Amino acid sequence: MAGLATTFGSGAMTNSISDIGGARCILAIGTNTTEAHPVIGFGVKSAVRKGTKLIVANPRYIELCQFADIWLRHRPGSDVALLMGIMRVIVDEGLLDRAFIEERCENFDALEQSLTGFDMDFVERTTGVLGEQIAEAARMYATNSPAAILYSMGITQHSHGTDNVMAVANLAMLTGNVGKPSAGVNPLRGHNNVQGACDMGALPDVYPGYQRVADPQARAKFEAAWGCKLDPSPGLTLTELFGAARRGEVKAVYLVGENPVLTDPDARHVREALESLEFLAVQDVFLTETARLADVVLPGVSFAEKDGTFTNTERRVQRVRKAIEPVGSSRPDWRLTCDIARKMGGRGFDFSHPRQIMDEVASLTPSYGGISHDRLEAGGLQWPCPNKEHPGTSILHTERFTRGKGRFVPLEYKPPAETADENYPLLLTTGRSQYHFHATLTRKVSGLNALKPEELVEVNPVDALMLGISEGDRVRVTSRRGEVTARAMVTDASPAGVVSMTFHFSESPANLLTNPSLDPVAKIPELKVCAVRVEKIA
Amino acid sequence: MGKLTGLLKRRGAPETHTVLVCQGTGCQSSKSDQIQAALQQEIVQLGLSDRVKVKSTGCHGFCQRGPTLIIEPDGIFYTRVKAQDVPEIARCHLDDGQIIDRLLYQHPGTLEAVSHYHDIPFYKKQQRLIMRNCGQINPEDIQDYLDTGGYQALRNVLSGMTPEQVIAEIRRSGLRGRGGAGFPTGQKWQFCRDSAAPQKFVICNADEGDPGAFMDRGIMEGDPYTILEGFTIAAYAIGASQGYIYVRAEYPLAIKRLRIALKQAREHGFVGDHILDSDFSFDVTIKEGAGAFVCGEETALMASIEGKRGMPRARPPFPAQSGLWGQPTNINNVKTLASIPVILTRGAEWYSSIGTETSKGTAVFALTGKIANSGLVEVPMGTALRQIIYDIGGGVPGGKSFKAAQTGGPSGGCLPADFLDLPVDYESLTQAGSIMGSGGLVIMDEATCMVDIARYFLSFTQHESCGKCVPCRVGTKQMLEILKDITTGKGRAGDIDLLVRLGNSIKVGSLCGLGRTAPNPALTSIRYFRDEYDAHIRDHRCPAGVCQELA
Amino acid sequence: MDAITLTIDGAAVTVRRGATVLEAAQQAGIYIPTLCSDHDLEPYGGCRLCIVEIEKMAGLPTACTTPATSGMVVRTATPAVNEARRDIVALLLADYPDDCPACTGDDRCDFHQVVAYLGLDEQPFRRLHRSIPIDSSNPFFERDLDYCIACGKCVRTCDEVVNVDAIEMASRGYTILPSAFGGKPIVQSNCISCGECVVRCPTAALMPKERRLPAQEVKTTCPYCGVGCQIYLGVSDGQVISVRGDRDNDVNRGLLCVKGRFGVAGYVNHPERLTLPLVRKDGALRETTWDEALEMVAGRLAGFGKGEVAVISSAKCTNEDNYVIQKFARTVLGTNNIDHCARL
Ligand SMILES: Cc1cc2nc3c(=O)[nH]c(=O)nc-3n(C[C@H](O)[C@H](O)[C@H](O)COP(=O)(O)O)c2cc1C
Ligand code: SF4
Ligand code: SF4
Ligand code: FES
Repeated sequence: MAGLATTFGSGAMTNSISDIGGARCILAIGTNTTEAHPVIGFGVKSAVRKGTKLIVANPRYIELCQFADIWLRHRPGSDVALLMGIMRVIVDEGLLDRAFIEERCENFDALEQSLTGFDMDFVERTTGVLGEQIAEAARMYATNSPAAILYSMGITQHSHGTDNVMAVANLAMLTGNVGKPSAGVNPLRGHNNVQGACDMGALPDVYPGYQRVADPQARAKFEAAWGCKLDPSPGLTLTELFGAARRGEVKAVYLVGENPVLTDPDARHVREALESLEFLAVQDVFLTETARLADVVLPGVSFAEKDGTFTNTERRVQRVRKAIEPVGSSRPDWRLTCDIARKMGGRGFDFSHPRQIMDEVASLTPSYGGISHDRLEAGGLQWPCPNKEHPGTSILHTERFTRGKGRFVPLEYKPPAETADENYPLLLTTGRSQYHFHATLTRKVSGLNALKPEELVEVNPVDALMLGISEGDRVRVTSRRGEVTARAMVTDASPAGVVSMTFHFSESPANLLTNPSLDPVAKIPELKVCAVRVEKIA
Repeated sequence: MGKLTGLLKRRGAPETHTVLVCQGTGCQSSKSDQIQAALQQEIVQLGLSDRVKVKSTGCHGFCQRGPTLIIEPDGIFYTRVKAQDVPEIARCHLDDGQIIDRLLYQHPGTLEAVSHYHDIPFYKKQQRLIMRNCGQINPEDIQDYLDTGGYQALRNVLSGMTPEQVIAEIRRSGLRGRGGAGFPTGQKWQFCRDSAAPQKFVICNADEGDPGAFMDRGIMEGDPYTILEGFTIAAYAIGASQGYIYVRAEYPLAIKRLRIALKQAREHGFVGDHILDSDFSFDVTIKEGAGAFVCGEETALMASIEGKRGMPRARPPFPAQSGLWGQPTNINNVKTLASIPVILTRGAEWYSSIGTETSKGTAVFALTGKIANSGLVEVPMGTALRQIIYDIGGGVPGGKSFKAAQTGGPSGGCLPADFLDLPVDYESLTQAGSIMGSGGLVIMDEATCMVDIARYFLSFTQHESCGKCVPCRVGTKQMLEILKDITTGKGRAGDIDLLVRLGNSIKVGSLCGLGRTAPNPALTSIRYFRDEYDAHIRDHRCPAGVCQELA
Repeated sequence: MDAITLTIDGAAVTVRRGATVLEAAQQAGIYIPTLCSDHDLEPYGGCRLCIVEIEKMAGLPTACTTPATSGMVVRTATPAVNEARRDIVALLLADYPDDCPACTGDDRCDFHQVVAYLGLDEQPFRRLHRSIPIDSSNPFFERDLDYCIACGKCVRTCDEVVNVDAIEMASRGYTILPSAFGGKPIVQSNCISCGECVVRCPTAALMPKERRLPAQEVKTTCPYCGVGCQIYLGVSDGQVISVRGDRDNDVNRGLLCVKGRFGVAGYVNHPERLTLPLVRKDGALRETTWDEALEMVAGRLAGFGKGEVAVISSAKCTNEDNYVIQKFARTVLGTNNIDHCARL
């Protein structure tokens, strides 16, 4: 989460799931919480019941809108304009927290300067939201403290995702809503262990605990611990990697537990990239669309068959415990990787239980310093947890920001990389259904398939009328990158001009359509917006 | 025409009359509105307009004899008036001063015609305090109410009494709630006054769901102003700025008149901001009820106003602590509120001189069943049942003998002849196994089967149970099943004891008043008419010959 | 914390102000039978089993709705109280079919536990039979309202906890029952199949279709989204057969969504799970031995230069897996070409 790292010094969720309910105001932007994080969704709805104000900013009508005091239906990709518009109102009406800004933050003047570019006229035009509504939301957020912001892929999966995140961070700092209970900036992580995978350094530029590979001191520390020389230059990101593979620069890939053929944008190119490899090894529990392309497939185990830990969206490290024996002769991933490493002459892979791995993590990762499987028996621990006595940290940045002072970042509005045009007159956004998770595991559960058996393309009635589409018709959705077919659902949940799909169905793989255009900093592709054309199939 | 004119001339000063035509729901259903229109027309034709005033009023109480009209100042009471009687009334009485014997009330015993309504036993024995204006004033004209001294109480309160003084006065009067439970009103107001909160509410409970009860309707139709005045005073006393009158939707006329009264009161500055130029502001909303009996229960009623399902909830917390939308709320019955203005104008001492030691003031009953004169009656608390049934009600008709009286509506108890001299007040009724309830009084004669009656009332309460709590939901169903068995010859030995045991469990176990009183008809009829149950179960015989299957 | 002290069955109990008498008793380890209360739901007072005697209060107030006050003196199991409770349970049993499919013969069932506690030895009331069609439209659970005691927990859960309001109490009085809108099958409602109602139903009216009871439960973390709900995996015969939310943690406090509650066993036990390593031979993937497969991976990877290999790890794998995988990339393959799908 590069945006938060820039502004706060840490990319993680600042607060805790359990304190969201105590907020006097919640701003949910770019998160369809009740579908993507249903249990947090329960909490948000219950908070509203008890009097918390809720502002939902989302182009689509989502379940939370029903509970919202204000629903801002901004155009897809106009988040920066919307958030800056809100900040402009807060500044103009003097609703900002001057003491907090003065004591805790820096670079406010630059932000203020950049706000001049966001007069209400411009904001209204760009977002399609009435100025009065934006002002009302601004007042509601600014005057009901503590106020928490929740966001998710609707903010990050844009070509300007980092700008979006920084806008969110600016807003929270502007009103002093950082570092205290029930406030903060709370990115809701998608996968069970995205947070942990990042924490563990499964990233091309950092070692465990976000220690930079380019930092000589950090490198020296890991070289000493691991007993070998390390490459000082950051590696390729996933999306860059697929490009490099297509160009023949990367020739072999060892892939564990992912199915990029279905879940990554511009899936046709991903497939081409994997097909052009000289060697592909895939480790997974099912023979996924990706595994079918492999030269070797290693059967891993499910979470029920292994010990270890996951780190959830609120930085809480929690135990995963083995409940059953591995199915067939499958083996835990850590063991398989260790076996391969040893066969290749690697040293330091002689673990006999994941607890020993965690001990090594703790010894090298300051924020995990106090974490061990033993301690986790009593319940999860939220990092930073620097030593064995430390109780963990439920709220970040309480006294000072991780980077020292919170840094305001001036922003300007940039349109989405792809906008609607004559050939592709509609915008496609992608989302999740609560009945599925990505495309592999839940699709194996017959009951979940029964509840949500197939992809439905949501089309606004106005567009449907113009395109001659009725409920249940099969339609073809075409983008610059590919086409998929699915059934249409005519609903005004999606605004006119916008269609929406999930990406759970290999039968209708929405990611054949999506745009790999990357955010320049976070390298997150623009999954949320791409231009498409929709036609009825006769 | 010439002759009549001559008569008037001969009399010298022409007599002026006011005709009070009852426009209560009962009389309207027998076309009293058409009668009034015809009368008006006749008066115009006869040129009597400047000395005869025709006025619609609320219920005169004697609905059984409707349509009724009273001609003042003579106090002549005409009953069962039909459209074809109108020309005669106009010519003979209004113009000529002659009483029309045929339309007078006939004493059922002596068959003598009684011309003055004060002399009719039905009215003579009553003391009309809550219903003092019903049938006297035009319920759609606030001026009429003001002319009788209306709104004097509110003026006095706002110009010279603190809320505490008002509450003290009500406490001294001994007034108890007329909605059924008989809780001391002043004390209830005090609780609510003492609950600190920025927003408080008052509610007027005008749901009146008892079948056969129409006291509250009669008052709303006959004198809505007095309710509003009492309501406003209650709001002032507890410190509420908003009130709700919850009226059952089946009372369109009452709703209409309340709305008119509210509008007029607002125009006159009796409701709204800065009432009578004081610092006190109060507004009233009329809510139409959903019609379920249980919605009259205070917590269910509040849930219903909040837009939720009308289900009772457990107390505590009481409404005075946490009521409507969690705010302190005072809820009173229509009759309780209608008693307020008269208490404040005539004083607590005067009021507490009426009634018994523990039950002050008057009680209003809807007298129905096997009774010669049915209708609305108001008597001092402590009046013996016998007086109500025989002196006012004219006894049991058709030469049959009295068997039982049921007080308190469908969940009241059935009292036998031994209790005819029971002074009717809260304590004595409870002691006898019945309740005051909101004022239903059903008279049964010898041809009534008490088991069947118990079954009948239980089927009502069982049907009206909201279903929230087990004892009431399943318990009343079981009692009903057992009673059905008994009335159809399938009663088993031990059923009586089972009914008693179950009835008691339901009474102690139920959540709200509905369940807690639902077993009363069965329990009291077992207590006082056990032999009838025995006859059904043991001998397969219905002594009253009512239960078909036991012929 | 603002605390008050009251006396329950002779023992002094100190609780936070605002706690109910039931909460106070539970805190003191005093059992009061209940069927309609739940710590996630507003007090209801419908089943009436928690009635108690309280000095200076009329009648038998329900412990679950009555706020505890300072100096209150409560008796939870007097003869009068238990007699009334026994009649209440007898009334429920008079309506309840004899052959309860949920019967485990122990106190995993709330209703069973209450009946056992009260020691019912007779059924004085008329047997009443209902026969309401079973709704098995939901893939994961079934509703058989013949077993319903109309405690309203399911409806209140859907409203107060889940805030979906897929079901309501339809009708009233004796015939009051939970129902989806218009009496339609539940699957046609806006039910999200989270199963929160099913876990709270005190009887066999709402039951998971998987009826087996686990022999053993293992606490772990749900594998789906980033919330990280704490769950108990129920295991029987070496298979995962059930999932139960763990109430004692700050993340999910027992709540789960449809995937966590009903979507785990289906994939863990799926017949298409890979059980043997595969290698591509003559263009097709064929089963092989671990040795061969691991040798092949190690051997082939060793054949590429540092810049030519890359590792893709997974946000589904554990921290320990990820740590080892990145360590492998960096120390053995000598590359920082390591990433995962975090950004998606
Ligand atoms: C089932 C049930 C129905 C009731 N119906 C009414 C009603 O129709 N009108 C009424 O005033 N009170 C009714 N009550 C009593 C109210 O709950 C409440 O006690 C009353 O409104 C308080 O007013 P009061 O203090 O003036 O009597 C009912 C109670 C129960 C249990
Ligand atoms: S006593 Fe009857 S009406 Fe009252 S709450 Fe219980 S079921 Fe509902
Ligand atoms: S289905 Fe279960 S939870 Fe729902 S009302 Fe019936 S018994 Fe209670
Ligand atoms: S638990 Fe208290 S009434 Fe059901």
